[in-house]
Amino acid sequence: MEGRFNWAGVIDFLPELGTGLYYTLLISIIGLIIGFVLGAIFGLGRISKNKIFYGISSIYIEVIRGTPVLVQAIWIFFALPLITGYNMASVTAGIIVIAVNSGAYIAEIVRGAVQSIAKGQVEAGRSLGLTHNQTMRYIVWPQAFKRMIPPLGNQFIISIKDTSLLSVILVPELMFQGRLIASNYFNAVEIYTTVAVFYLIITLTLSYILRMIEKRLDVQ
Amino acid sequence: MIKVENLHKSFGDHEVLKGIDCEIQSSEVVCVIGPSGSGKSTFLRCLNMLESITSGQVTVDGFNLKNKKTNINMVRTEVGMVFQQFNLFPHKTVIENIMLAPMKVRKISKNEAKERGLKLLKKVGLSDKANKYPSSLSGGQQQRVAIARALAMEPKLMLFDEPTSALDPELVGEVLEVMRQLAIEGMTMVVVTHEMGFAREVADRVLFMDEGIIMEEGRPDVIFSNPTSGRTKEFLDKVL
Repeated sequence: MEGRFNWAGVIDFLPELGTGLYYTLLISIIGLIIGFVLGAIFGLGRISKNKIFYGISSIYIEVIRGTPVLVQAIWIFFALPLITGYNMASVTAGIIVIAVNSGAYIAEIVRGAVQSIAKGQVEAGRSLGLTHNQTMRYIVWPQAFKRMIPPLGNQFIISIKDTSLLSVILVPELMFQGRLIASNYFNAVEIYTTVAVFYLIITLTLSYILRMIEKRLDVQ
Repeated sequence: MIKVENLHKSFGDHEVLKGIDCEIQSSEVVCVIGPSGSGKSTFLRCLNMLESITSGQVTVDGFNLKNKKTNINMVRTEVGMVFQQFNLFPHKTVIENIMLAPMKVRKISKNEAKERGLKLLKKVGLSDKANKYPSSLSGGQQQRVAIARALAMEPKLMLFDEPTSALDPELVGEVLEVMRQLAIEGMTMVVVTHEMGFAREVADRVLFMDEGIIMEEGRPDVIFSNPTSGRTKEFLDKVL
């Protein structure tokens, strides 16, 4: 078995894998930031008394949660341009997929966290003369946000791993780069193992950061 | 200060308040007693619009609560409320709990709010707890902070919704003592309570509620020793 796999040779491909890592991180970070904003908006929509806002939020969440990410990615990159007549760069499409997809799940996380804050908290705020918005901002949100962190961390990790599916729409992310190298140099074991380790490093780092944040907020 | 005329309140098909009429004067202390489910808390919550009014008129400090143009937040700045479950903000320290509304609603400066807060904490005997979080306080201490928080808005009227019902028996006294002090200082108070001793001693007037109406009202010595209504008598026999 000695010498069957050329592990040292992986070093030669680090520039290409580095490019892949760059796009994986870029799409994850921008996608999740937009996803969080979408989640906050539509999460509040799900608890809104405004029927239109509630309806739009519900449709968005159900459609996205009810369809696979892979289908969403392919639809946005290959089908949408046929409808709009506008071709999108694959990286742009990738960011949209991650943002829209994570947004739906984050909306449910936001809704759950806000609803978990006891009604008495809102009543206490309102009875002091705070407006609805002030009560949300100073009383409900800070408490809800703390409860969102564990499920948000979970969703971030899922979305980061989902970026690997973007290889099918030609986004030059980590998985795409790995496939490109492996099919040219026939070193599948070395390259895909390295790719897996890269993902693991990203997700473990994120887990660690989230644990630190949770610990700091828990001091109270 | 408060005028209630033919107040009705329904939750769906269930009518909880079936026509309440009452007037409460400035500096008056009114205790509301009665069996559970009689509508006492709902009545109290209608006075600051935590419950909407189904029909009838409620006027508080000159504001008509039924009028859609009335700014309910304005009314609430004048009406303090203390809840059974305290409802302190767990993510804020004791002093921050007290400072929040005066700063955000009354727009007073941070220093002024802090000064006011510390003065109120001294009044309720908790000066040493200013920088603690509510979770580290006993129930009685939390409720005293909640009273200080409501007083920080300098309200003209205070509503108490069973303020001692969630407390261990040995902690009830310290909260009632703070309330007694407030009454002596001339605060207008409406207190829903099961503490008959407090009602008898501190109230100017006692309302006995049952099945969504005020069955009987009067001076505490009269209500407690000579109730006219059979229902009042029956209730008092059970609780005294």
